[in-house]
Formats: sequence, structure tokens, C-alpha cells
Amino acid sequence: MQRLRVRFAKRGRLRFTSHRDFQRAFERALRRADVPMAWSQGFTPHPRVSYAGAAPTGAASEAEYLELAVTRVCDPDEIRAALDAALPPGLDVVQVVAAGPGALADRLQASSWSIELPGAAPEQAAAAVTAFLAAESVPVERLTKNGVRKLDPRAAVLWLAADTAADPVTLHAVVRHQSPTVRPDEVLAGLRLVAGFTPPQPPRAVRLAQGEWDDATGTLADPLADPPEGRDT
Amino acid sequence: MPVESLFEQLEPLLARVSKPIQYVGGELGATVKDWDGAEVRWALMYPDAYEVGLPNQGVQILYELLNEQYGVLAERTYAVWPDLEQLMREHGIGQFTVDAHRPVAAFDLLGVSFATELGYTNLLTALDLAGVPLLATERGDEHPVVVAGGHSAFNPEPVSDFLDAAVLGDGEEIVLAITEVVREWKAEGRPGGRDGLLLRLAAGGGVYVPKFYDVTYHDDGAIAAVVPNRPGVPDTVRKHTVMDLDQWPYPRKPLVPLAETVHERYSVEIFRGCTRGCRFCQAGMITRPVRERSIETVGAMVAEGVKNSGFTEVGLLSLSSADHSEIGAIAKGLADQYEGTNTSLSLPSTRVDAFNVTLADELSRNGRRSGLTFAPEGGTERMRRVINKMVSEDDLIRTVSTAYGSGWRQVKLYFMCGLPTETDDDVLAIADLAKRVIEAGRKASGRGDIRCTVSIGGFVPKPHTPFQWAAQASHEVVDARLRKLREKVKSDRQYGKAIGLRYHEGKPSMVEGLLSRGDRRVGRVIRAVWEDGGRFDGWGEHFSYQRWVDCAEKALAGEPVDLAWYTTRERDRDEVLPWDHLDSGLDRDWLWDDWQDALDEVELDDCRWTPCFDCGVCPSMGTEIQTGPTGRTLLPLTPV
Repeated sequence: MQRLRVRFAKRGRLRFTSHRDFQRAFERALRRADVPMAWSQGFTPHPRVSYAGAAPTGAASEAEYLELAVTRVCDPDEIRAALDAALPPGLDVVQVVAAGPGALADRLQASSWSIELPGAAPEQAAAAVTAFLAAESVPVERLTKNGVRKLDPRAAVLWLAADTAADPVTLHAVVRHQSPTVRPDEVLAGLRLVAGFTPPQPPRAVRLAQGEWDDATGTLADPLADPPEGRDT
Repeated sequence: MPVESLFEQLEPLLARVSKPIQYVGGELGATVKDWDGAEVRWALMYPDAYEVGLPNQGVQILYELLNEQYGVLAERTYAVWPDLEQLMREHGIGQFTVDAHRPVAAFDLLGVSFATELGYTNLLTALDLAGVPLLATERGDEHPVVVAGGHSAFNPEPVSDFLDAAVLGDGEEIVLAITEVVREWKAEGRPGGRDGLLLRLAAGGGVYVPKFYDVTYHDDGAIAAVVPNRPGVPDTVRKHTVMDLDQWPYPRKPLVPLAETVHERYSVEIFRGCTRGCRFCQAGMITRPVRERSIETVGAMVAEGVKNSGFTEVGLLSLSSADHSEIGAIAKGLADQYEGTNTSLSLPSTRVDAFNVTLADELSRNGRRSGLTFAPEGGTERMRRVINKMVSEDDLIRTVSTAYGSGWRQVKLYFMCGLPTETDDDVLAIADLAKRVIEAGRKASGRGDIRCTVSIGGFVPKPHTPFQWAAQASHEVVDARLRKLREKVKSDRQYGKAIGLRYHEGKPSMVEGLLSRGDRRVGRVIRAVWEDGGRFDGWGEHFSYQRWVDCAEKALAGEPVDLAWYTTRERDRDEVLPWDHLDSGLDRDWLWDDWQDALDEVELDDCRWTPCFDCGVCPSMGTEIQTGPTGRTLLPLTPV
């Protein structure tokens, strides 16, 4: 039995893939790629895959993670190539490594997002970011299947800046993982709340990285590095 | 004119609709070909939501087959949900294909597969969004030729105003033939324009062009005649039958969707046609004769299909899958091949009398032991003689006893309500049958927790069947019988809790009846319903019976016909039926005799195992029964 950790990307039009859609596609890819999967026991056996918190439907991502269990020791690079070939273009397997110590989820403590705002005025975006960062808390609401949930994106945002030189204007945000998860939508809802800022066209969010946040360097540690970077012993 | 992808315009809207993944394409097995390199371009539509349309075998087969041809391009399009429809209208985006997001309006042909009549309003939405005039007579040379196929195309009259053409029967050969005609016509510089092309298609008698036929009516509303209105158009149009399914091993590259769909499996047709002769069954009547795919081809297709798709379920499809002459060897061979891989087999249509537990064990060896489903269809032996479903109660009890005895906990039984000659007692007998099933099951398994689910559908008489002359039972009658049945089941203390009852109210069946046996005048009703907002009639949350009733009243005002005339009225032998000029091969006199036999409760055998009883199909269509056993074996892991 070996555990492998996988980083994959959700790109282009396949960013509209939901997490459930991805799970089905991935399990089929495992079969097509002949990965020697370990199966769960029980009435309806499933291949043993654990997924880390998924980017929302419609958001692209360069840094999604999962862990899988295989029945014999495999070459991670071969698995990467086989899985990538078995998935449709746009669901791309970026990296596969043998699992390091600890739980994968513990290494995924924050996300870095790039949020393009087509059509937005640079000065308005910058002013909204300033107002957001100055606020002590920004209580927004999210409509879920179970009703309205209140959350505070300000508490979760570790870092936020507007790149006003970029075209379109682009927000860069680092958001700490907490429950309930604060997504780019809630950060934008926060900007609307504090500054009345509303992008004229649908924003395009991409998750660039996940990892442990280092306040000193302002970077996220690579969760697949072993031991994780920035945690030298 | 350059044809560009609409995706750039569509993309910002996708963030605002539910399940956007269904509109983006990019499925495994999908093909995008160069537009300019193609001489003939088909858009293929399944007129329902993507989740229903994607798994459709007919569309997948034609899509793959057409794309294999040199100089031919095929892309798929599905009905968009109202949320996206509204946004597309606001932003001026036309109906698009999911493969390359090309506008449907730019294609040479739009092929529409009608598995049921309830997709008719969705066709109108797609045409309208595409900017194609709804009426075939208003289309110009620049518009795609709209061609319908599928089982409902055996009576396309209700949608004939909106169609340029319809084809009956198996699509493989006729789509290639149509493609050649279009290719030549375009190469010659489109002589005669649109009508020139349609005349070429109609001339051979294999493509129905509704506008080349005039329909006249008697004062009482019945049809007087359907006659060609120009020279070179034949009196009747015949169906198409593919012989030797081994020559047509499609789909080879199954489409594997990212979105969740209604069937998540690799499906292979193990045979086409059915001659069991159930009198209510349009599929069995119009797909004759039985043509089996050989065990070797089935094995090779499954091996390749599973490898290419990664699906964990294999569906062995047909109208009655346990009837394949080598079903035992196929099931065992596949179960052996997939031993230990968590790949399960399913047989969607199984007859009680063809089922055995050895077969069931093979089916569940590598996967889940899901429920078993059987379809006695009628509650009493008398009822089953009327519909010619020759399944005895003892057969059923014996089969379910073995199933419960070998570990199954749940059996599902399908019935129909509203069948010709049916009485309250016939329907109430379903409760007695279900009780016997539970009783036998408890005895065989020694357990108290076994269950039986009874599913009941409303019967709708269909064209090209012996019941095409029958009166449809009104929804009031159907609902009243089902209510009585529910009370009877519920009031049974000993067995009631072990029996689950599932049924829908009878109203939707009335609309299905109108659309199934309607004539050209029904087109006005469909259009009125669509204009009033009618969409997705196969979906309970979108379907409105009242809208259909109101629109039928308005659209048929001044005509001697109405909803009841089309549905609950029995036809006599001499009445010209709207589909009489469309030849399914079935001899009209034979169908009438079979209808009389039904009323006399006389059964008829299956011609696979008894001498021919002259239904007329084989001689008139130049076809023959193709069944095994071949005696050959399923060769493991041989690619097609």
C-alpha cells in the first residue's frame, strides 16, 4: 500500500466542473489509466481517494489537491502522465508525489487567489480594497441550500491587493481556510458591502496556490514539498 | 461566411446558470472537426436536457458514424434550460452546439432524435433560438434542413409543419445516404434550391417530406386522404432496417460526460427488434425483425468501450435482453473477464420467463446486487392475454421466489393502467399479485424485510400497434383506479407495508396521447403551447396540463375535433390514420386482426420460435430474423 498526493489544475471551460463532476471524472480516469487502486470495503466499494477542499464551480484552479491509495509502490511520474492522459484537456494533473508525513489537509491552510475584474474601474477597485482592509469585520451572507449563513471574509483574508496596472484590474488575495469556507465570491461581497463596489461583468477567479501561510515572507509553502518549505528543522 | 464559436459570448453567462458544465462540451470521446474542411455539416439534437440527451444511443451512434466520414462534420446540441434560454435571448446568442459552440443556424442539416413526443416544444425553442423559421414552408436556402428521426418519427404529423423531413427506423444507413445527396446537391451548385434538395431526398421513398403531401379531411374531422402534391414523390415512405449489426459496431468511442447524466454506463445493444408481440409496445412493433449482435462483437465492443470510457457499469441493451440466444454465455463471459474489477453488468429489460438465477448471479458477481425489475404489465391473466404479455402468475412467483431465495431483497414490478378492456378488478388484482410476491419471498428467504415496489404507468395507444385503433382511458378513469388500488394496498395489514406503490397522475398521458396519434392539426396546439411558455414537457415541474387543455381548445376552435377526439375515441377499421402513408412494414390487416384477437383474449406466439404469422415486415422490407446461437465464445480483450 502506498499513498500518493496529486496536484491538479482546472482550466479554461472545464472550470465549470463541479466537485462531484470532477470526482466521477477522476474515478473513471483512474480506471482508464490502470492505476492499481486500493478499494474501500463494504457494500458499495469505492476507490480510496480523499479530496481536499475544492475550488467552487466556475472558478479555475492551478492548485487542487487529493490523496489516493494504491496497492503497490508506483512511480509518481508515471502515474502523473497516465492520469493526465486519461483526463480531458482542462483537467490537468500537474504533479504527483509519494505522500509525506502528516495529513495533507494540515498543509493546506490557505489559498491564494487571482480575481480578474473585467470592465472594473481601477481606482474604484483600489479604494474598495483599502476600505475592506481598514474594516475590523465585514459580515456578509451566503445563500446556501440550508438557508442564509453569515460569515466574515475580513477575518479570513490574510492579504489583499488590487493590481490596477493589469488589464483587466486583478485582485490578489490570500484567504485562510476556515469553516465555512470564504470563497472569492464572499471577498467580492465584502467589497460591495464596505465600498459599494460591484464589478460590471462576472469576475474570473483562479486559485493559484494552497499551502501554509508564512507571514514573514508573504508566501505559501508548497504542500507537496517534503518536508514542507519554510519549516526547516 | 466564416463561422465562429459562440463560446466567448456564452462564457460570462455560464456563471449565472445552474449546472453550467452541461453547456461546455469537451467530453471524452467528443470530436471537433475543421469547419471549412467539411462539405456536409450535421447538427444533431436530442430535444431534452443534456443529462437525458447525452447518453442517448441513437445520437451517439450517428455522431460517431458521421464524424468518421471524410468531408462530413457532426456536432451535438441539446435543449437549454429556461434560465439559459432567457439569458441567450437577452444577449442575442443563438442555439449552439456543445462541441465547438457553433451556431446551429450555420449547419446544412439539423437532425432531431425524438424518443418521445414530449420533446416537441423543445424543438421549437431550439429553432427559434437558432433563428430558423418555425414553419418549414418559411425557410430559405440558407437555413438548415430539419430532419426528425427516432420512434416518434413513425408519426411525425403533429410536428410536420416544423420539419423539412422525417426518417423512419434505423438511422445508420439513411444518414449516410442523406449526406451523399446533400453533398452532390451542394457540389452541383444547389440546383432547384431548397425544394430541389428535398425532392431528391423524397424521390427514393426513404425520406418523408411532409410538405410534399396534402391532407384532406371529411366533415366529421377524420382524414379523407393523404396524397403527394407533386410528381416524383411516392405515395408511401418506408422505414429503414439495418441488417447484420456486427457490421455497425457503434458506439466505439462512447461519450463520457463530466456532468452527471441519467445513465452512467457503457451501453451496447445486444440486439434490435422484438417479436414477443406485446400489443401495447410500439418499440416492439416498429423495430422488427429481431437482429442479434453476435457474442464476439458484443465482447469486443464491451472490452473496448470500458477501456476507453472508464465506466464501471456495462448495460446490455435491447427490448428484452434476456432473450438473446446466447445471453447466458455473454453474461458469464463478461463476468469472468471483469472478475475483481468492480465492473457490474445490467440488463435493463428482462422478462420473467427468460430470467434465471444463474443469469442473475453472473450479473451481480462483480458489482452491486441491485434491485431486480420485471414487467408483468397487467394484473390479471385475462389482462395479460389482451395485451399478449404471455407471462403466467406462476412463472412470476417462481422467478421472484428464486430471486429472494438467492439473496435479493427487493423486486420491482411494472404495470400499466388504462389498457383496452381493463376493469377496476384488473387493476385491483395488482395488489393481490404483489401480496403473493411478498408471501413467496418471505417463505423463500426466511426473512421479513423483503420488499416489492409496484410502478404503474398510464397506457397510451401508439401508432403502428394493434392498439392504434383503441380508445385511450381518460385520466379520470385511470386516477380513480389507481386510487382504489392504493387504498387496497394500504389497508392490508399483513403485506401492505412491504409493498411500495409508485405512479403518476393520468393527465400527462392525455397529452402524450394527443401527440402520439395526432394529425397535422395538432401542430397548431403544439405551437400555441410553446408560445405560451411550454417547455420540457417530460418534466413534472415544467409540464402544465391546463396549458395544453386551454391551448388545444383555442387552437382547434372551429374544427370538428378536440382533445377527446384524438385520445379517448375508438377508431374504426376504415378510418384513414394519420400515419397510414408511413410504412413500418406491418400489414394493416394483420394489425387489425391482432386488435380483434386482443379483444377476444387470444394470444399470439413469438415468430422466433414458431412459424411466421405474417405480420408482413420481413417480406415487405426485405429483412429476415437474425438470431444465434452462433456457438462461438466471447473472446476476452480483443479490440474491435
